[in-house]
This record gives sequence, structure tokens and C-alpha cells, in this order.
Amino acid sequence: MFASFATLLRRDLTLSLRRSSDWLNPLVFFVIVVTLFPLGVGPDGQLLGEIAPGVIWVAALLATLLALDGLFREDYSDGSLEQLLLSPQPLPLMVLAKTTAHWLVSGLPLVLLSPLLALLMQLPFQALPSLLLSLVLGTLSLSLIGSIGAALTVGLKRGSVLLALLVLPLFIPVLIFGSSCVVAAAGGFETGAQLSLLAGLFFLALALAPWATSAALRISVES
Amino acid sequence: MTDTLIEAKDLCVSRGELVLFAERSFTLNEGELFQLQGDNGSGKTTMLRALCTLIPLDEGELFWRGEQLPGARDTYFDEMAFAGHTDGLKAGLTPVENLKWCLTDAPPSVEACIGALEKTGLAGKEDLPCRVLSAGQRRRVVLARLLLSKAVLWILDEPLTALDVSGRDLVARLIEDHLANGGSVIYSTHQPLPLTSRSADQTLLLSDAVGLAN
Repeated sequence: MFASFATLLRRDLTLSLRRSSDWLNPLVFFVIVVTLFPLGVGPDGQLLGEIAPGVIWVAALLATLLALDGLFREDYSDGSLEQLLLSPQPLPLMVLAKTTAHWLVSGLPLVLLSPLLALLMQLPFQALPSLLLSLVLGTLSLSLIGSIGAALTVGLKRGSVLLALLVLPLFIPVLIFGSSCVVAAAGGFETGAQLSLLAGLFFLALALAPWATSAALRISVES
Repeated sequence: MTDTLIEAKDLCVSRGELVLFAERSFTLNEGELFQLQGDNGSGKTTMLRALCTLIPLDEGELFWRGEQLPGARDTYFDEMAFAGHTDGLKAGLTPVENLKWCLTDAPPSVEACIGALEKTGLAGKEDLPCRVLSAGQRRRVVLARLLLSKAVLWILDEPLTALDVSGRDLVARLIEDHLANGGSVIYSTHQPLPLTSRSADQTLLLSDAVGLAN
């Protein structure tokens, strides 16, 4: 059972690494959106530092959203989703493998690159650990929550706009606690409460999303 | 005494207002060949997808070895392999990768994958990405996947599509071998399957749409 989890994870990672657009597009989008702010707002270091947590978090959220549309779409059109649904493996576990692979390819690079963008945005240095930790927990939650929306819209021809409308409201709690965690850290305050809430959201998503996504995939394939 | 694999009672599936088929009943035993016939749009694919539990039934009941589906899905999927219109192959992976990363409990070894590909006439194509294979060659990779699966029941939707003459003979031979080993096959086709040793045990003719729902 866990061997098949590893198998699917490896298959998806191999596929993504062979096609660089999978992991490069969201990353470049993330970098460009964040760099637009110093250009648009002006080189006022203090102002940039103040808006940095929100800007980085919103950009990371939009980059995640951009990548989500491809989570199941190719599997749907080439028929491997059908084969996945007909495999004897537990579907929620397989969905979790796909979501994990998706996060490793599209979420983790954002997290790793964020310190560089934090420097660009003049975020106080002491906020970096909180930024990294909150982005890890946050992007994981976003990928899990977003997988439900991706599964619901996979059968639609132009589902990406609907996907955004479906999942953006669900992203709001993660965004609020994520950016407020970085704001608090930048001001020198404790961030334990925000991080606990983010971890709570992550575990809630981990417990519920794979099952909801599995059910949504079965519905999407029915048509 | 052979085992009954699938028992279908009064199957009915409709799309919107259109009833594709209604009150279709049949049983399929181990070692039997079951053919679905019908014109374009008569509901063959829908019937096969309903038999795979991919499409819910409007009415009727479906049993796998006496257990009701979709409740008994887990045991059913262990013993059933489906090849539909889409091949389920990843364009970015080679045929061998596609075969060895299938999601069975015991993934086949690379040697077994290459052996299966040689049997389906794809020797020497193991390391090309599936993207560059022709439709017929991809079809042959799907046949290799069937060979590697330990499924008792094969459900094949138009297995002859895109295949050349030797490919059609290959499909017929694989089906005959599978039946000789005690397996069962349900298939739909427009072209006659060039079977040599036997013919279909049962044929179900799906006529034009049965009618509009009340």
C-alpha cells in the first residue's frame, strides 16, 4: 500500500522534472509578482518592509493557485486518472501522493526562494525563520485545500477561473494567519499562536482533503 | 462448475433525459467471452464504464462474485483490468516506465515489462517516450499492461482501434490465451475480431437509445 504511494510519488516527480514548465512557471510567477512591488511602490525601504509579509504571502498563494490547475488535468485527458480510480489502492492515499508530489514541485521551491525575495522587500532579518516556517505549513495547506477544487473542476473545459473562485475563499484563513505570523515576527513579537493555528489548519486539511478530493474525482469522471 | 464473475440485473443508465439502455440483465462466468454490439451512440462505452463502476447506475444492481458493487470495489479492482478509449499512458514516460509504475501491489520487474512489450510487438521501443509512439503503438503498450496485470476479467472498449492487421490478430490471440487460462473478457467492437478457436459466448446487442425518460 505504501509502496504504491512511493511509486506514484516517484512517477509524478519524474514527469515534472522532465518537463521544466511544471516547476519553473509558478516559481518565475512568484518572483515577478514580488519584484513588481518595489517597482510600483517605490524604493521606500520602510514601507516595503511593512508590506513585505502580505506581498510575499499573497504572491505565494497566487503562484500555488496557478500551479493547481495542472494537478489532475493531464491525468484526466490521457486516461491515467481512470486507471488510478480503477486501481486496487486506496484512492485517498493515491490522492495524497499526487498532492505531495505537486507540493514538492510547486510549493517547496517557493519556500526555498522566499528568503531572497524577503531581502528584496527589506523584510527585517529576524522575521525570516517565521516566514519560512509559515510558508511551509501554509503552502502545504493550500495544496491540500486546492486539490479539492482541482478535482471538482478537472472535467470542465475552462475550469481554471472557476477553480480560482472556488478555492480562493478557502485560502483566506491560511493567508490571514500566515501573513500575521510574519508581521508579528518582524515586529519582534511571539509567533507561537499563529504558527499553532497554521499547523492546526494543515492537519485539518490533511485529515479531510484527500477524502473530499477522492469523492470529487469520482464525480468528475462520471460525465 | 465455473464461478459467476459478474451478475447484472436490470441495468439502466441515462444521460439527462436520454435513456441509453434499460433493463439489461446478464451473467458472465469465468472463461467466457462477452461481446457488446451496437451502433455509434448506442451506449456501448457507457455500458462498459458502468460495469467498471465509473458511471453510477440509475437503476439495477451489479454483483462481482456475489458481492454488490460499488461496495465490493476493492476486491473487484484487484481482479479487473479496463482499457478504454484513452490509453492511460503518460506521454513523458517510456513504455517500460509506464508499465513498471502501474499501481498494483506487486509492480512488475523491468525484465517482465520488456518481455511483455516484446510479446506485443514493441521490441526496441522500450526507451522512447510514449509521446513519439503512434496511436497503434500506444495501443500495444496498453495490451502489454493487460498482459502484466493479473486480472481475471478484462473489460476492453474497442480494442481494435488504431491497430494494423497484425495488431488485430495479436488482440485476438491475447484474448484467446486469456480465456484458455480461465479469464473472462467483455469487449465492444465494430470490426469482427479475428478469433480462430472460438467465438463469443454471449452477445448483447444495444439498439438505438431506448427512449426518453418520463
